Amino acid sequence: MSNRISVQAEPFDICAIQNELRSSSPAVGALVTFIGQMRDLNEGDTVETMTLEHYPGMTEKALQKILDKADERWQLMGIRVVHRVGEMKPLDPIVLVAVASAHRGEAFQACEFIIDYLKTRAPFWKKEQTPDGERWVDARHSDDQTEERWKR
Amino acid sequence: MIKVLYFARLREQLGTGEEQLEKADDLATVGAVMERLKARGGPWAEVFGGDQPLLMAVNQEMASTGSALQAGDELAFFPPVTGG
Repeated sequence: MSNRISVQAEPFDICAIQNELRSSSPAVGALVTFIGQMRDLNEGDTVETMTLEHYPGMTEKALQKILDKADERWQLMGIRVVHRVGEMKPLDPIVLVAVASAHRGEAFQACEFIIDYLKTRAPFWKKEQTPDGERWVDARHSDDQTEERWKR
Repeated sequence: MIKVLYFARLREQLGTGEEQLEKADDLATVGAVMERLKARGGPWAEVFGGDQPLLMAVNQEMASTGSALQAGDELAFFPPVTGG
């Protein structure tokens, strides 16, 4: 079973990643994918472009920890996480989390768990360009509450 | 020496993304470094004064104000994360 993480400036090929993970073993019965993409609206303001900053080195370590946690909790057959950095525009996919398992229950849960933890633990920061200027996105309180949900 | 990194909004507020601090005996914890930085005044007092949310990492692992520091460590300060 392999897990792979990529933090990259280049756009990623969603279908290629899904197919690679899905066909990694004939024992895979389920594949669940989450795509997070950039919207043109945030807090009522139009967003023209967004820049994603990260902490090189720590980003990969933090993501690996999250994947390790998911592996401890559920029986999984493979995970792929790809997160873009740099400049993006509306409709650009930012993050992909794909989870393969024998059955769908684990895949659905692990996929949601991974993106929830990524949003509170992985060192990325978004800066938006609006018609009125640049601003840093504030962390959402609702994301912290979502993480509480996964505490056992 | 300790390498100190500042990310995102913090880097803009402070006007720098990186610096080296001499690892003296009185800089034994992350909290001690924060006191030293706060004492610079101006934006440093704003950032490290306790009013704005702040996260920290030592050697690329999440840390807290009580975390110990050694010479050669990498210390980073950043706002709550907003990836995904």
